[in-house]
Amino acid sequence: MGGDPAGDINHEQHDFALWEKRVDALMVLASSVGLMNTDSLRRVLEDMGKESYETMSYYERWIASVSQNMVEAGAFSTAELADKMAQVKARGATYGDAT
Amino acid sequence: MKVRVHNNWPPGHIRTPAYLRGKAGEVERDIGLFNNPEQNAYRLPPQKSHLVRIRFTMSEVWGDAAETPDDVIEAEIYAHWLEPA
Amino acid sequence: MPHDNHDTLSTSGHPYRKDDDTALSYWQVMEIAVRELLIEKGHITAVQVHDQINTMDARSPAHGAKVVAHAWCNPEFKLALLADAAQASRDMGFDIGPMHLIAVENTASVHNVVVCTLCSCYPRNLLGLPPDWYKSRAYRSRTVIEPRKVLSEFGVDIAQDVQVRVHDSTADMRYIVLPAQPARTRGLLENELAQWVTRDSMIGVGLPQAPN
Repeated sequence: MGGDPAGDINHEQHDFALWEKRVDALMVLASSVGLMNTDSLRRVLEDMGKESYETMSYYERWIASVSQNMVEAGAFSTAELADKMAQVKARGATYGDAT
Repeated sequence: MKVRVHNNWPPGHIRTPAYLRGKAGEVERDIGLFNNPEQNAYRLPPQKSHLVRIRFTMSEVWGDAAETPDDVIEAEIYAHWLEPA
Repeated sequence: MPHDNHDTLSTSGHPYRKDDDTALSYWQVMEIAVRELLIEKGHITAVQVHDQINTMDARSPAHGAKVVAHAWCNPEFKLALLADAAQASRDMGFDIGPMHLIAVENTASVHNVVVCTLCSCYPRNLLGLPPDWYKSRAYRSRTVIEPRKVLSEFGVDIAQDVQVRVHDSTADMRYIVLPAQPARTRGLLENELAQWVTRDSMIGVGLPQAPN
């Protein structure tokens, strides 16, 4: 990254959506109870590969990393996560309906 | 004190930027002991490592491509990545 | 959330990110599921999530501006800030959690600028969440190899007899630039000075500016 060829710096700014703020809060809180740490967050982000920077937003990458960290730490299983995600998806078509 | 960053390229999580590996610089300050990220990242019990701020000149890091040779980059490097230069 | 009225701009003047009135995405589903599982299993509580969001929302560059203005007015505090910026910020009453903070001072011969080439480390527990450009590949890639060009794109031209120091937040420290006090602000009160301290001046890509 450092020193690699890169183009113009984009100065557009967006306000964070509620779901993005929640992802940020989950990282902080999961770290505070010892389920993950900054380095383990970064390690999974890096393992997702450079393509993820093109195809996913910042907090999309973060929730993917937090989720994998929780499975690794034994907070919940992949089967439990799959069940819960199916339930959430069935609640409605928008974030507001599902949350 | 002058030190050089190891020119190592292990797979996995490390906090030593690629562009500084193999480069030499001056110790700016020793910040103290911190968890080794190479263990912390894998949820292994981390050993403590000294974290040291190193000052590199642009000419050392980028050679002839340096924008201004006497400008500097300062970065935190864990002591186990450093050797006397 | 204040976007039920479908305004196109938020109170801060920025466009809203697509949010809970657009189609539910895979990653949003994952966020809800992870949050609910952590709460159901007793690792965290819904109140903690709510409180953490409020805590982060309350942090802003205005907090850092108060620290800078205090350092401009108080030489003893400035020495304390340069010795341990985290403790000095706590002593002013700011809850910055466990963050380690180093303040770097701009002088007549040195200009400092902060970047994180490995991820997006930022003094978020004092200044709030980083601007989007700080997290961009372009800023992270270019600032260590052509800082003067990057700075000039931000409107800051550094004289050749001034050394540029780029601080790459590679590990456990976070950085705040202590900008030089503009000469024409001499005599202003501390709370007036704080109005001159911009977010960008504390990252090093800007200079203090007269308030609007």
